[in-house]
Amino acid sequence: MSKVQIVNTSALGPMISRVQTDAVLSICAQLKSIAAPLIPILHAVQEQIGFVPKEAVPLIARELNLSIAEVHGVVSFYHYFRQDPGGRHIVHLCRAEACQAVGAPALEAHAKRSLGVDFHGTTRDGAIRLEPVYCLGNCALGPSIMIDHELHGRVSAQRFDELIKDTRADAAGKR
Amino acid sequence: MTTRIHVPRDAAARSLGADATARAILAEGQRRGLDIEVVRNGSRGLLWLEPLVEVTTPAGRIAYGPVTPQDVPGLFDAGFITGAKHALSHGPTQEIPYFKNQERLTFARVGITDPRSLEDYIAHGGYRGLKNALDMEPAAIVAAVTTSGLRGRGGAAFPAGIKWKTVLGASADQKYIVCNADEGDSGTFSDRMVMEGDPFVLIEGMTIAGVAVGATRGYIYLRWEYPDANAALKAAIAAASEKHYLGENILGTGKRFDLEVRSGAGAYVCGEETSLLESLESKRGMVRFKPPLPAIQGLFGKPTVINNVITLASVPIILDQGADHYQHFGMGRSRGTLPIQLAGNIKHGGLVEKAFGVTLRELLYDYGGGSLSGRPIRTVQVGGPLGAYLPESQFDVKLDYEAFTEIKGMLGHGGIVVFDDTVDMAAQARYAMEFCAIESCGKCTPCRIGSTRGMEVIDRLIAGNNPAKQEKLLRDLCDTMTFGSLCALGGLTAYPVLSAINHFPEDFVTSARTRVPA
Repeated sequence: MSKVQIVNTSALGPMISRVQTDAVLSICAQLKSIAAPLIPILHAVQEQIGFVPKEAVPLIARELNLSIAEVHGVVSFYHYFRQDPGGRHIVHLCRAEACQAVGAPALEAHAKRSLGVDFHGTTRDGAIRLEPVYCLGNCALGPSIMIDHELHGRVSAQRFDELIKDTRADAAGKR
Repeated sequence: MTTRIHVPRDAAARSLGADATARAILAEGQRRGLDIEVVRNGSRGLLWLEPLVEVTTPAGRIAYGPVTPQDVPGLFDAGFITGAKHALSHGPTQEIPYFKNQERLTFARVGITDPRSLEDYIAHGGYRGLKNALDMEPAAIVAAVTTSGLRGRGGAAFPAGIKWKTVLGASADQKYIVCNADEGDSGTFSDRMVMEGDPFVLIEGMTIAGVAVGATRGYIYLRWEYPDANAALKAAIAAASEKHYLGENILGTGKRFDLEVRSGAGAYVCGEETSLLESLESKRGMVRFKPPLPAIQGLFGKPTVINNVITLASVPIILDQGADHYQHFGMGRSRGTLPIQLAGNIKHGGLVEKAFGVTLRELLYDYGGGSLSGRPIRTVQVGGPLGAYLPESQFDVKLDYEAFTEIKGMLGHGGIVVFDDTVDMAAQARYAMEFCAIESCGKCTPCRIGSTRGMEVIDRLIAGNNPAKQEKLLRDLCDTMTFGSLCALGGLTAYPVLSAINHFPEDFVTSARTRVPA
């Protein structure tokens, strides 16, 4: 997370930074002329900021001439959109049947224990956020996890720990 | 002469380190002063051998796998760039029985070509189908798809030609082709493999569909979980547009077709076609009532062909080789081939494209080699999280839409998830209800509330809290969900639940349970 000045943007909510506001507005300006732009805009916001800040919702609604309820409804419907900050890296752990058949429940228990978080939680150092996912399309090589956009197959507890260690090692640089 | 070495860029291969293997091969080749070129192909589908490296020799492509970076110096020492023997060698790829015994129509090029190269696609028979289609009347293209017997490969198995005919017959200022690439079923990855390994075939199929029904715009609705497929499709769309296979004047015919990829955001229900259309319109993925059918009022209220990736990717070969050629494969009303995915606890997991009619037993043992754990296979779930759990006594059923319906199962998208004898079927039944509760769009009550009540009833049942009453209640609830739900999510959740309790009742008996469900 970049160190940015926190400003009060009054009507738009209390705690959104100038940089984030500018990012949201610039993404809206860039995408609002395409057909059905809301979901593409939400993806772009999350990609750039790391989540969809609650304060971005009225901003996007205003830019697209939608109601705040409509935008909130879409953000909250989809599992992928996150509304709270936290986690420089996101670990998606597959809970679906093909991974279950090769030990995903044990891996899930190990992940939660070793990271000290439940699903949707972020480790105390802020490096890792753990999320469930229902199929990563790697069903012949489970258990599978995805770290940011990198897919990993045949993940044992030991391999999980190695991957997390590597991720933490370069956590300083990202986002 | 440059030696060409293939290292897959498929996400499954990359998940086991194919990138590092590719880098190691390049570095080692350079260190030894050898003239080599590394091509990043799609996967051949022999996933247990990934990363599967292939060396092109005068005798064909020779397979080595699984190859880790540590294996690379030894492979060079053994002379693998001339196809020499090595402990990791499997001989010519084409001769590996798993591959040789398949009938690859839709997957004809996957693993063979460079998915980033339009030239390679064309050199391997690509775009012949579109060229034929451009010389045909729209009705004749639709007729060819109908005659081929192609049915929707997403799961519902609705005849593709009938859908297309409805859209062709609808008059509107704008029509759309939508590709359902929201491959959410656990145990399935054939869409992903095609999109990553041969993206042009999907683009060609969608373009043919556009020409056939008079649609000038297409969308691929792709799940976010497939970033590699996203990159492959975008690169292929750019390459095809540059050479006028897409755009405002396709191959100088004056016909237009524009194509765009849109990302989903993690909602299983968006694999249901009307929910997908809502999501493409940037709304909550709430299921729509039918009618009106999407073919009449689909995306943005306009006539829309919406088909799964494999359905659309099977169209080029039908237009290239003819409907009869495709129709000749298969059995009964299931014509052509099905890309089957062997997943879960299976020794030789991967992609097997076969004509309909192959049995589960052949797939599980002849291809799959039994379970990965080496323990007996107790059950398989076919057709994703809404498919039935089948016991060993049903392994001789043939893969055919109607045969599966007869045993209260569903072929779906052709995914087969294997479980060994350590599986707890009560836990699987409970998970089916839990999954439905997590993914329900909430529009209809049986799905939204029934799924949560279902979990509770199963919990009481396995806790031995008046089990006879709970089982009756569970069956009654399943009945309500089956007949009262708006779409397949609530409507089919009873399949895994009831098949688990019908075929494996012992797992639901409290006194017999040795494990506590997860």
